[in-house]
Amino acid sequence: MNEWTNTGREPDPLPSSLAGPTAPGLGEPQAEVEETLKRIQSHKGVIGTMVVNAEGIPIRTTLDNSTTVQYAGLLHHLTMKAKSTVRDIDPQNDLTFLRIRSKKHEIMVAPDKEYLLIVIQNPCE
Amino acid sequence: MAPKQKKKSSRGKKSPKPVLAASEDMEPVNMESMGHPEIYPLVLTTKTQEIFSCQIDEDVTDEQPYKLINKEDIFEDLRNRAAVSDFHPVKKIVQEYPGNELLLVYDRDFKYGLNFYLIGTEEGKESYLNPPEVPEEQEEYKEHIPEDVYIYKLPVSKPWVSLGSEKEIEEESVTESTKQITYMISRKRSEFGAPIKFSDQNASSVKDAYIECTAYPDKNFTLKQLEKDVGMQVIPQIKDISTQTKWTYPKNATTQYYPREFSEEEKETLKQSKPLVDFLNNASISVEIALQQNEIMNTFIDDWKYLAEEEGTFGDKTDTHLKEYQSFTDLHSPTEKMITCVSWHPTIYGLIAVSVAVRLSFEDRVHFSGKLLLQPSLILFWSFSDPIHPQLMLESPDDIFCFKFCPSDPNIIAGGCINGQIVMWDITAHADRIENIKAGGGRSKRATLKPMFLLEPESNKEAMYIRHCAVSSIENGHKKVITDIHWLSDTFEINRMGSVFENRSGICCQLVTCSADCTICFWDIRPQKLLTPQTTEKKKEESIEIPFDVPSTFLHLDLSWKPLTKVRLSKGETSLDYCPTKISLNEDHLLCKTQDKMLAQSKTEKAEEMNPYHNLESGMANLLKPIDDFCTKFFVGTEEGEVIYTDWKMEKDPETGRLMSKKPVSHHTVHDGTVHTIQRSPFYNDIILTVGGWNVAIWKEGVMTGPLLQSCCAPKRYTSGHWSLTRPGVFYIGREDGYIDIWDLLEKTHEPAQSQNICITMITYIKPWIFSSKQQFIAIADYYGTLHILEIPWTLSRPSTNEMASVNHYFEREVKHLEYVEQRKKIREQEKKEMELEMAKKKVEIAVPSHRALSSKRGHHVQVPASKKREESMHKDKVPLHGRRVKKLRAWL
Repeated sequence: MNEWTNTGREPDPLPSSLAGPTAPGLGEPQAEVEETLKRIQSHKGVIGTMVVNAEGIPIRTTLDNSTTVQYAGLLHHLTMKAKSTVRDIDPQNDLTFLRIRSKKHEIMVAPDKEYLLIVIQNPCE
Repeated sequence: MAPKQKKKSSRGKKSPKPVLAASEDMEPVNMESMGHPEIYPLVLTTKTQEIFSCQIDEDVTDEQPYKLINKEDIFEDLRNRAAVSDFHPVKKIVQEYPGNELLLVYDRDFKYGLNFYLIGTEEGKESYLNPPEVPEEQEEYKEHIPEDVYIYKLPVSKPWVSLGSEKEIEEESVTESTKQITYMISRKRSEFGAPIKFSDQNASSVKDAYIECTAYPDKNFTLKQLEKDVGMQVIPQIKDISTQTKWTYPKNATTQYYPREFSEEEKETLKQSKPLVDFLNNASISVEIALQQNEIMNTFIDDWKYLAEEEGTFGDKTDTHLKEYQSFTDLHSPTEKMITCVSWHPTIYGLIAVSVAVRLSFEDRVHFSGKLLLQPSLILFWSFSDPIHPQLMLESPDDIFCFKFCPSDPNIIAGGCINGQIVMWDITAHADRIENIKAGGGRSKRATLKPMFLLEPESNKEAMYIRHCAVSSIENGHKKVITDIHWLSDTFEINRMGSVFENRSGICCQLVTCSADCTICFWDIRPQKLLTPQTTEKKKEESIEIPFDVPSTFLHLDLSWKPLTKVRLSKGETSLDYCPTKISLNEDHLLCKTQDKMLAQSKTEKAEEMNPYHNLESGMANLLKPIDDFCTKFFVGTEEGEVIYTDWKMEKDPETGRLMSKKPVSHHTVHDGTVHTIQRSPFYNDIILTVGGWNVAIWKEGVMTGPLLQSCCAPKRYTSGHWSLTRPGVFYIGREDGYIDIWDLLEKTHEPAQSQNICITMITYIKPWIFSSKQQFIAIADYYGTLHILEIPWTLSRPSTNEMASVNHYFEREVKHLEYVEQRKKIREQEKKEMELEMAKKKVEIAVPSHRALSSKRGHHVQVPASKKREESMHKDKVPLHGRRVKKLRAWL
């Protein structure tokens, strides 16, 4: 008769040679990041997506470098300004989302403590 | 009397005293209204009459209707009977009556309303008793008047009686109100006439020169303000301070910056960090909501603005008819002509060129060929200002069936002849003549009366005959009538192989023609390089004297012009070739940026020279760069009604090594007659309209399965067609009975939206043209040689706001429909195959078990293993099948 005992610890990790079909070095979180950004990019009318850190340095982008840098720098300043405006009026309040609608397209900024997610969409066809 | 009355009244009524006082004060009613103030009517009852012994008809009769009554008797009666007495109303009068006796008169006729009346005054009494004898005198006077003769009496002046008019006269008259002051001024005689000098003087400097009323504050008019509205605002204190720096010397300073970026490794590490993942998961939710909101609806649209159509229509919106503007006919031609081709001048307003041809069949042409040779075949230039005389007439060796203005230079015209030659004209010398057409028209409007024989056209208005300056070679060109001619765009040129190169010269220098001898030829108007000396010898032999007034632009081409390449439209080895009637080239101009610059440079160089067409040789020397992925395919319409999509690039035949033209990519037979119009839509580069026979078809380049739209057969043959230049879904079709059908794809696609009669005969050509945003014309040429110019109304020329998008959607839908039809065809074929297989199987199965079943039962159904559908379809077949089988078996048995 077999006795099943609970060792109380997780099973040993598989050796790397037995890794699944995924490429080596590609961890779970990165795939998730890619997948999320891909999903956002595939929405109708989306021109570009970028992730920027708290200082305005781009981390991930789908546009070319010069455009990204320009957008990142400018929108970072603007987001900071908007955030400080909201907090000046009411210190308990905080900025959750910023949408700028222009003639040609709409820029959406989702701010966070450390990062910024910027999406540019062309709303009307 | 009064206290008794009071008591009675207080007993009888509860009314207060004022009523009583009123009754005492009440005035008796008298007959003042009738002119007898002394008469007081009374009612006397019989009791009263007895008392006063004035009973009617006894004491008081007609002879003596009155009675004198003592005042004291009346008073007694009043006392005895108080209010009941009949004399009560006149009590006051009786009291006041001065005399002793009152006169009471019986009023038999009720003249004063009641049966008695009392005369209240002594004078009245007297006058009643002794009436004056006035009426007798009046009657006498009336009798005398007509017998008297009128005696003239001199007017006696009477003293003037003032009636107040002198006051008005006094008011109106002007009199001096004040006495006039007279001054007498004297001066020394010598001082007269001396020059006068005026000078200014301050009034205050001279004493007593003026009198003033000084203003002073009057205490009566000062108001003390008790309330005041004051606003206050706190502002920070502002101080203006400025400083200036001392700038010792200028120094150049530059900064360059570059943005901070992460390196690749840092990015990778960051990607894997958990905070980023969490952040993205949180942020993407809100971002996606926002994105979806935008996808669902655009909240910032102004619905009102998009609801309304454009305001400010220039005309009646309900007016959809083409309005006749002008029509041109050549009245001087001896034979009957028809118009074969129409073209508006690209730059000059109001100038339209028309090619006319003789209206004879081939047999008749041959028959009358001698006569036809003597008449020149012409292209006429008509202007709006002169409907009778054409402005220019271009001569050609034979009838022209199609011609085109060169897009880069409107003074060059290329036309295709009935004998297969291409004819070129250069009207640069006469360009100024036709440009100033309008001025000529103005001059002729002078209203001078001239006798009939002087009403000839002015000398400078004579139509000019312009000879052609070049014709193509007869042997090497087309053998039959040229049906269509086009200038190739100035962005590319082709070589002998059909490959496409960039065009450095910046002008249109190549032509393409198609003719009834089943070939399509490409021509180059630049001089070909002289390959062999033989050709030069040939030229010398054939040098022909050229008249003076013909420009030498195309001298190199005259009579020796050979086509660059020939494309033969062959159906195959054995059958006849296609006979093209019209072609439509792809107008997609591929221009890369470098090429633009080059062209710009070359164009500036050319501008310094006179005219690029006079220096055609200079463009040949450049090495040209080939253009890749240029669409060399084009549409061809044939005489049999087919629409062919083919390629002009030549390919090398592997067996013989010669250059062969490619086989057509696709061809469809859609029309019942000659295709006479193939035209690309001015809005969409890949939508083509083909008109031929009795129907119309719209094609999309790239969709090979068939036309997007094919109309059903019309009652009358369609003879010409053209897209509208401003509305994407509208095109005009001309019929053989002189009607023009206007189709609007957004309104109806099965029949024309409207139909209008233009002329009595077949319409041969339609050509619309835009002059301004408010004026659009359409030129319609008919079989009898008349050119009608009509104005397109506002509704047909202005597109609605979303028309282009709607028409685009319509075409896309049609393409999808065609694809769907194709798919369904495949599915149906599959189904058909399956059905056939099933049928074959069943036939085999039925044949086997049927004779076994019949031995036991007769004519009963046999179990057939099949699906329900098959059962239903097979039921119909069963009975006869059995019948036949039974007969066969019987015979067999």
